Amino acid sequence: MNTFFQLFVSGLATGSIYALAAIGFTLLWQASQTINFAQGEFIMLPAFFVLAGTQFLGLSFPVAMAIAVVLSLLLLGLGFKRIIIDPLLPHGVLPIVIATIALGILMKEGVKQFYTAEALPFPALFSDRTLNVLGAAISVQDIAVLLIALGAVALLQLFLNGTKIGRCMQATAQNPNVAEILGVPVRRMILYTFLINAALAFLASILISPIYLAKFSNGETLGLIAFIAAIVGGFNQIRGALAGGLLIGVIDNLSAAYISASYRSAVPLILLIIIILVRPQGLLGKAEGRTV
Amino acid sequence: MTPVLSVRNVSKSFGGLRAVDDVSFDVHQGEILGLIGPNGSGKSTLFNCVLGQLPASTGTVLVDGKEVAGKRPCDLNKLGVGRTFQMLQVFPEMTVLDNIILAGQEHKGTMLSRLFGKPDAGLTEEALRMIDFFRLGHQTHEKAGSLSYGQQKLLDAAMAFMAGPKLVMLDEPAGGVNLTMLADLKERLKTFNQERGATFVVIEHNMEFVMSLCTRIIVLANGRIIAEGDPETVRNDPTVIEAYLGG
Amino acid sequence: MSKHSLLTLVAGLSILILLPFTQSNYGVFVLCSWLVYSISAMGLNLTLGYAGQVSLAQASFMGIGAYMTALMTMAGVPWPAAMIAAMVSCFVIGFLLGYPALRVQHHFLAFITLAFNALVVLVLRNEEWLTGGTYGIVGVPRPEVFGLPTQTPLAFYFFVLALFVLMAAGLYAIIRSPWGRAFKALRENPIRANSLGVDIRQTTLLAFAIGSSYGGLAGSLLAQLTQFIDPHSFGLTISLKVLLMVIVGGAGFFFGPILGALLIVLAPEFLRFTEGYYLMIYATLVIVLMVFCPTGLLGLVERARTAMKLRQNPNATTWEAGR
Repeated sequence: MNTFFQLFVSGLATGSIYALAAIGFTLLWQASQTINFAQGEFIMLPAFFVLAGTQFLGLSFPVAMAIAVVLSLLLLGLGFKRIIIDPLLPHGVLPIVIATIALGILMKEGVKQFYTAEALPFPALFSDRTLNVLGAAISVQDIAVLLIALGAVALLQLFLNGTKIGRCMQATAQNPNVAEILGVPVRRMILYTFLINAALAFLASILISPIYLAKFSNGETLGLIAFIAAIVGGFNQIRGALAGGLLIGVIDNLSAAYISASYRSAVPLILLIIIILVRPQGLLGKAEGRTV
Repeated sequence: MTPVLSVRNVSKSFGGLRAVDDVSFDVHQGEILGLIGPNGSGKSTLFNCVLGQLPASTGTVLVDGKEVAGKRPCDLNKLGVGRTFQMLQVFPEMTVLDNIILAGQEHKGTMLSRLFGKPDAGLTEEALRMIDFFRLGHQTHEKAGSLSYGQQKLLDAAMAFMAGPKLVMLDEPAGGVNLTMLADLKERLKTFNQERGATFVVIEHNMEFVMSLCTRIIVLANGRIIAEGDPETVRNDPTVIEAYLGG
Repeated sequence: MSKHSLLTLVAGLSILILLPFTQSNYGVFVLCSWLVYSISAMGLNLTLGYAGQVSLAQASFMGIGAYMTALMTMAGVPWPAAMIAAMVSCFVIGFLLGYPALRVQHHFLAFITLAFNALVVLVLRNEEWLTGGTYGIVGVPRPEVFGLPTQTPLAFYFFVLALFVLMAAGLYAIIRSPWGRAFKALRENPIRANSLGVDIRQTTLLAFAIGSSYGGLAGSLLAQLTQFIDPHSFGLTISLKVLLMVIVGGAGFFFGPILGALLIVLAPEFLRFTEGYYLMIYATLVIVLMVFCPTGLLGLVERARTAMKLRQNPNATTWEAGR
């Protein structure tokens, strides 16, 4: 029972990181009907910005972090939108699928060639002490990760519901044409969404890298899992993505321990296929009306 | 004689809203029935219930005396029900000829004969006649998407007739079509009606078009039938005038 | 078929027959992989280009075909039986994979098929008793055709060429038949197609099934060509590669995937000097191509042709204006 509780909490912690990526997915989808197949690499990369800052430029950790945030917003937010998505959007689904997959390969290979193919340790933001809770050893890091991720999601919700810009972004997501008529600067709102996605990716990156080490190939599974989390929870809303992320995190951890380590990664995949067949709108999602 | 289409006590609710409220009517062979009413009167919902796009909350729909509840649109089409849509619906990247052949091919032979038989399912001649009939002959091998809006509307209608349907449901066929083209379309529909005995149900906002085309008109308001009769009667019915002006 | 296209066809076939004699053994190997990948890409072109159903799982069908052929022929089953079994299995599995496509579309479908591919690779890697795990299977036998061995590169090339021509002819027949018309209608307007009697459920599933069976046959041939298979050869990157072949050449054009396969198979040969940077350059080229020419090369040709037509006949309205 104690191990179960332990696994459960650390599952929630990694799950909350998946949730960040999944929320980014849903935001991009709502704002511009884009699904970013390079989302995993978006999470892999910022950690290397930080490492490059501390190792090559000799910057202190906080300064490197600050620079990495700016770089992430510029490259993964603004640059991604301007250079890849904007020109491709009018051409429908496939070009974006292919271009973002290629972008993922480019980022992965870039890190491998110009940085390293090794897995690098990433400084933990919190102590790796464990606390004894009800007889189970719970790591402080897990708790901190969970709190930070949930805090970020709460802040995001507050921003979207409580501020004028946030509400304009929601209006844009729901119906860009009407929003435009009402005077919402739709294009800027979509840009904000891409920036938020980049920020979420950065946060996920510095939270997950201390746990899994920073490696060029980290994105391969992360992107897929984040997408599965978004689908399982319900693609058209944030709390769905959050629930999906936590659920996948816990299931992943438990199945690794109790089912089979070699088929661990199959469990979310099977869950995905079942959800899509049984409840395509996701566990918490509302069915989107089909027009005739 | 069994009516071609029989709508019996059909209701459809969305939450608390009764979009269609206990509607019943029959359509007989050779009739052109107009379905009119102010916006939001339930015409389109009724149409969708009849065509199997939406399940009716209560009531039954019979085509040729057979109940059609739960039938998919493609099954309904095989029973002899053709339709057009309010929004333009053609296959833009296919040629006009291929659009028309497609509209007929699913009624020819079996799945296997459609794979191993003739590439055109033996329909080219009939398709060319249909294309000529709708005066699209000079554009037979053009992509449907390159036609003008009005021509695409004609093509859309032509597709609905290709399988020789018993009943054709037309959803705002005149919408966005210019006057010359409109007269043309009306003439085609009337010819089909007279020469082949095809039966139509038409939703339309263009009163002049409805009045001159239809043999009988049903007026819906707030989901109910408020008037029924030949064009002249309906035109002079005070409840109808009130529904339009007051609604 | 017009006289003109008949001549082109004969010329093309003659080149395909004569070309290997000018090549080294390695050159013939590259030609073989081109034909094999073309078969796979032709299948995906049916699913994606003609029927409009996104699939990122074509490599998994190549994998299923390859492993089935390898395991069966090595257990003594005659190769024609093994290859037919591989195609039929892929047809059935592809049919089943089509079911999600009835519920979801586009990006979602792309991810589901991607998940399926990941699942297949996982099974190939984990079930060592059957598949040899990450070490794969070595020594897949080459077929003996009418008593003639195909050990030499040239002999095997003609075996592959024969099947390539057969499959291409089959695809051409399908596309010209009412089925092909129904596939295109499904791509362009499923709701309208449904109202005209096209059973869109059946059509969607068949599009997946036929496309997948082409993948299965390509896998069979790949196993015999390289005589060694491992899970790595059927991963997501390979699915992407096949998808690229279809897109680069031009999805929905009959010769698109064949042209695309040629470019993608030859690309590493030309970019070999870049060594480790190869994948980066490749990915960059793909992004650039997508940004500037999302309809593929044959799409570009067609666009130029339409533009010329419009110049000759300025009164013709375009489809965009017609909306």
